[in-house]
Amino acid sequence: MKRAGFTSIWLPVALLLPQLSIIAIFFYWPAGWAVQSSFYLQDPFGFGSTFVGFENYTDLTANSEYMRIAWFTVVFTALVTFFSLSIALLLAVKADKVIRGAKSYRTLLMWVYAVAPPVAGFMGIMLFHQHTGPITDFFKALGWDYKILVDYNSTATAFIIVSVWKQIPVNFIFFLSGLQSIPRAVREAAMIDNRSGVRRFWDITFPLLAPTGFFLLIINITYALFDTFGIIDTLVKGEPGNNPMTLVYKVYMDGFRGNDLGGSSAQSVILMVLVLVLTVFQFRLIERRIHYS
Amino acid sequence: MAQVKLDGVGKTYPNGFEAVKPCSFDIEDGEFVVLVGPSGCGKSTLLRMVAGLEDITAGSLSIGDRQVNDVDPADRDVAMVFQNYALYPHMTVRKNIGYGLKNRGTSAAEIDAKVQDAAKMLDLGALLDRKPSQLSGGQRQRVAMGRAVVRDPALFLFDEPLSNLDAKLRNQMRIEIKALQRRLGVTSIYVTHDQVEAMTMADRIIVLNGGEIEQIGTPAEIYHNPASKFVASFMGAPPMNLMDAQLENGEIKLNGSAALTAPAKQDYTGPVTMGIRPEDVVIDAAGPTPFTIEIVEELGAHRLLHGRLAGHPFTVHVGKDTTATTGEVKLQINPDAIRLFQPETGKAI
Amino acid sequence: MARTQTRKPFRWAPVFDHTILILGALFMLVPVVLAFITSSHSAVQIAREGIMFTPGSHLGENYSKALFEKGGFTATIDGMVMLKNSLILGLGFAIGKIIISMMAAYALVYFRLRFATFAFWIIFTTLLLPLEVRILPSYEAIQRLDLANTYTGLIVPLIASATGTFFFRQFFRSVPEELAEAARIDGAGPVKFFIDILVPLSQTMIAAIFIIMFVFGWNQYLWPTLITTDEGLFTLVRGIKQIYQTMIDANSIPEYGQALALAIIAMLPPVLIVIFFQSWFVKGLTESDK
Repeated sequence: MKRAGFTSIWLPVALLLPQLSIIAIFFYWPAGWAVQSSFYLQDPFGFGSTFVGFENYTDLTANSEYMRIAWFTVVFTALVTFFSLSIALLLAVKADKVIRGAKSYRTLLMWVYAVAPPVAGFMGIMLFHQHTGPITDFFKALGWDYKILVDYNSTATAFIIVSVWKQIPVNFIFFLSGLQSIPRAVREAAMIDNRSGVRRFWDITFPLLAPTGFFLLIINITYALFDTFGIIDTLVKGEPGNNPMTLVYKVYMDGFRGNDLGGSSAQSVILMVLVLVLTVFQFRLIERRIHYS
Repeated sequence: MAQVKLDGVGKTYPNGFEAVKPCSFDIEDGEFVVLVGPSGCGKSTLLRMVAGLEDITAGSLSIGDRQVNDVDPADRDVAMVFQNYALYPHMTVRKNIGYGLKNRGTSAAEIDAKVQDAAKMLDLGALLDRKPSQLSGGQRQRVAMGRAVVRDPALFLFDEPLSNLDAKLRNQMRIEIKALQRRLGVTSIYVTHDQVEAMTMADRIIVLNGGEIEQIGTPAEIYHNPASKFVASFMGAPPMNLMDAQLENGEIKLNGSAALTAPAKQDYTGPVTMGIRPEDVVIDAAGPTPFTIEIVEELGAHRLLHGRLAGHPFTVHVGKDTTATTGEVKLQINPDAIRLFQPETGKAI
Repeated sequence: MARTQTRKPFRWAPVFDHTILILGALFMLVPVVLAFITSSHSAVQIAREGIMFTPGSHLGENYSKALFEKGGFTATIDGMVMLKNSLILGLGFAIGKIIISMMAAYALVYFRLRFATFAFWIIFTTLLLPLEVRILPSYEAIQRLDLANTYTGLIVPLIASATGTFFFRQFFRSVPEELAEAARIDGAGPVKFFIDILVPLSQTMIAAIFIIMFVFGWNQYLWPTLITTDEGLFTLVRGIKQIYQTMIDANSIPEYGQALALAIIAMLPPVLIVIFFQSWFVKGLTESDK
């Protein structure tokens, strides 16, 4: 709040009202409803529901398919985060270094931000097509019998490549702006202290970028968990069958296709808790970030 | 134009911190009063209470004949110049100056005429259609002044208006503000931490420390007869020399050795703090007091000699014609210029 | 030394840097370029050979079909309708979000409110849970409110997150305090100050957040897929799903060329905005910190 705040009572209430009511109706109500229905077993024909306590949750942990999907989600998230962060960091460091064409590179490397995930997925369908896709041909030339939608690993590879492609721009933009905010004097001092560019990067630049990196880590995990939905749904053409899927996709499948409201709600709640943990972690990092600067 | 009356005005924050202890003083019509003190002394809070930007938690404030404790800032008939000028960045100079008039419902033609007048007075005519970002620091300062002048207020409030300017510009604007205030005859309260500004601009100075008034007086009174050790050391550059001493039978003893004649009619006996301005001392081979010069500061028009007197750090101000080198000299101290303070309370004796 | 001055040694480092950057740029660019080239071929050709590397002769045909030929199950929707719906979603979301979050942020920053801290936490908890997590209950809520297949149901639930409010709150807090004080002395009340001073002052910020939000809204997929079953409300991004679903359902040759044309049309507006308003976009992205 500002030092000399206005003292009116009704005006701020009126100003806050639209935001608060939207949040109440479309956030708190649904979230509460999810928690509640995660304790009930819904009759498949819609004739009421039975309270079952934690049964929906224990069912999930006992369900080997769910655990397999959870494990895939972890691996998928780790790989997408790792590749999109490291490729973006490499590109950002180089884009920060070159003098000629710096602006053009910046544009060329960030515009994909605006491509919708399902559009990216749709291009993926063409590129990874089982019979006519050029990437399929490439993998086959390397000796891999690549069969998207038939072979589990083939499909997972397509998920990861398309997801990384879509996420590089965000990471690139943040890394580049992080690099550009390193004071000139610090760079110059490092130039005088250290002859080797590689050593300068690991001793000076990388630690100074660490706060940005931590922040991006959370952003990327959230991205891989949730925002890849459109990519996955498009690549499997809405029919996952035996293909890999992420936890969010499973929530969608069980809730909207399988009509298992209780199970789907329990999964939602598990994801909510996961995000809460991540966010608490993130807030602590942001606090640290403030100390850095 | 108006008198300002503060009667026990104080500020206590909800957390219990007393930023300004209840204080009372009157400001005459057309008077230029400077509130001076170190940062955190409550001078800005006091000014902001007068402006109405801060609630008054004790006492009564009147501007003119009107008690204004609960009057909205816009209705107090005051104008304020802020430290960072607070110009509206998206408005031209013309709009910045005219915004207050527009909110009062003044007609466009009248606004235009008044803005023109103010611009002429402040030499802003050529800049009226520029935005603040296209102006230099001094020009922004003038626009902030223009915004205050155009409203023709009963009271001007200045909150460290010159502290963002470089030294040269600050000296120039100091004179301009003072001249403008003289010409318009508007009662003014001016807050600063710079004692030079306080000395040069004020009709009367109010020295604040720790939320309390230390002294109210004309610049000369404040300088020559400081009411406390704090005022003595805050006003004047270099500050008054202060030394712990013993007063016995009308004689001041420093460290038991050097003895000085006390100012007239002192019948007090006991420990004191002795104060003497650096310019009230002359180098005189026949003088009684030995002084060891350690550093000579050459300032062109004069010199400052820093060293030790009876073990205490001490500074002497000499004219450009007096040559000096490091080493020991003798001093003649004018006894009438000596000021004595109680060591514990710091108050003048 | 004369020798070193006359012959400057060739430096390999910049060549290496540029090579990496060019490879990176190609990695981002090539899939889209190939999609565009392929979209100029006939459906039969694409079905047989997949991605094409040389331009074909069906460019105009595919794009005009994608934009103007009625399609879908009901044969009432064409690309123009979807384009219109995408615009409504993108603009409605961005504008609605900016207005609502500016108002809320203003109330939180500039007023002395007893329940300000409480309101702050109520609002900012929403930052924690993306729509995807609470998709099923949100869908249920929309059904109960009878808002399925309406623009309101499409747009408003997406606004129920505090990103914009957080962003404007940060910005308002960085505005010098004296500006509000000067305005108060100039006789501007809270409403006047907001409209005369704060909103014009926030122009750049509004532009930056507008771009981020427009792209976000335009690219929404999961929510529109669930909430719009009426084809008249399909957006471009949603429409792509429709096309490959008909690909599976009907046993004819899929309209690849037309679908790719639609994909290109779907990405063009947000991509152009991001490229042309790059500096605002970057500012909005990095300063909002999501």
